[in-house]
Amino acid sequence: MSKLSRRQLITAGLATTAGASGLAVAAALARRYGLIPPDAGGLYGPGETLTYAAQRLLTRHSLAREFSAGQISKPPFANEVSPLGDDFKRLQQGSFAAWRLAVDGMVARPAAFSVDELKSFPRRTQITHLACEEGWSYIAEWTGVPLSHILDVVGTLPQARYVVYRSFQPDWWESIDMADALHPQTLVAHSMNGGSLPVPFGGPLRLRVPRQLAYKSLKYITRLTVTDSLKHFGKGLGSSEPETGYAWYAGI
Amino acid sequence: MADSTYGAVPASATPLAAPRPRHAAIVRLTHWITTLAFLALLLSGIEILISHPRFYWGEAGNVLSPPLFKLPIPASRATVPTGYGYVLPDQNGWSRYLHFQSAWVAVLTGLLYLVFGILSGHFRRNLLPARLSLREISAVITSHLRRRSTAAEDAGSYNVLQRLTYLLVIFVLFPLVIWTGLAMSPAIASAFPPAVTVWGGQQSARTLHFFISIALVVFLLVHLVMVWRSGLRARVRAMITGRPPTPEERT
Repeated sequence: MSKLSRRQLITAGLATTAGASGLAVAAALARRYGLIPPDAGGLYGPGETLTYAAQRLLTRHSLAREFSAGQISKPPFANEVSPLGDDFKRLQQGSFAAWRLAVDGMVARPAAFSVDELKSFPRRTQITHLACEEGWSYIAEWTGVPLSHILDVVGTLPQARYVVYRSFQPDWWESIDMADALHPQTLVAHSMNGGSLPVPFGGPLRLRVPRQLAYKSLKYITRLTVTDSLKHFGKGLGSSEPETGYAWYAGI
Repeated sequence: MADSTYGAVPASATPLAAPRPRHAAIVRLTHWITTLAFLALLLSGIEILISHPRFYWGEAGNVLSPPLFKLPIPASRATVPTGYGYVLPDQNGWSRYLHFQSAWVAVLTGLLYLVFGILSGHFRRNLLPARLSLREISAVITSHLRRRSTAAEDAGSYNVLQRLTYLLVIFVLFPLVIWTGLAMSPAIASAFPPAVTVWGGQQSARTLHFFISIALVVFLLVHLVMVWRSGLRARVRAMITGRPPTPEERT
């Protein structure tokens, strides 16, 4: 080992200072531009932050690939869900006429929409790939109301940064940032492959977020909450997934 | 930096001067960081794989579609028909976090190594074969079969087969495993569709990711056997401290 010369010491000192201030500036910029995910704390925070920040910068406006009708998976595969309970069965027997999607939080006009009301809204149909974190996938045609339209109807306040969405199954809730919430392909889906959305696939209403893994496409959604912070939802990690050990951001 | 660590030892060097390290400091550092990241990627990759040990070709695939092939192992999810009467514990959460964090470590370390390798002449001097002749390659193979060391090893350098293997791992297998991994990302696929379509779809990319990982594991095993055969202690020490093996330590 050679001894450190004065020049090497000064160079190393300058490099360390530059590196540290560079990191501090990067962290401040990342916070300013919303590039820090809610599960950024802890052991895997650095990797999650790098992934989320890099993909937000590269993919903010990109559109998920859409496929031709011939590429639709026949049959698609519905992952198992925990039992839905008697309350759900009663709603199902009533053809979900009593199902409501409530929208609240930082909105000018909180509202609750029935499935039929949502079906009368402007619709978008898209054939997209749904990929489960386990490794399997299918392609299906989804029809629904763009979430951005619903947010327009209720009047999102300017400080909104996230949309929290909840499932009829009380343990399941999720959230997405405004880049995904306002993305034209993010749908409150009510139909699939030309018919009403079947219950095993999330019917009557499922939020489809095609640029993220399927666990962000929550089934049986009942409530949307617009917020500027995720701190006060659950453990403050953004969704139920990080609470069970999975990443909040699933664009991978 | 490059000159002080890699320059040729001057003819006038006295025995007191530090000998030229067998491996440059950056090479040693990036080697061990990559080793740790690769082991973490392998462990977490196996854990992710067992949640669906079936492989497909094309864009989409699931338990209702015919697989390209399936691994004869139990799965960590009950929805996968494996023929086993039990389901393995599901550890995908931390495995996925660890996989992507280690991938970042591997990619950033790889970039540092790449920049160093180009600027310092490491690739040109140590990895690029001086000339590619079949005779030289067969000479290396023959000396391996006779369990003799090659002239290049005796000179503290790499023989032509080692050079080609390292080039393949660094410039083909690692970039491909990163690319096929990124091709499985729905967000990356939306921003760069050709990154997926060149492989024939996201399930094809997943299948290729598996095979390239197998190739990297095969490299790792051969690498370990070679290090073992050529003197484990001296070789590992050379990769930690940079001290070249003495002639007696080379077998």
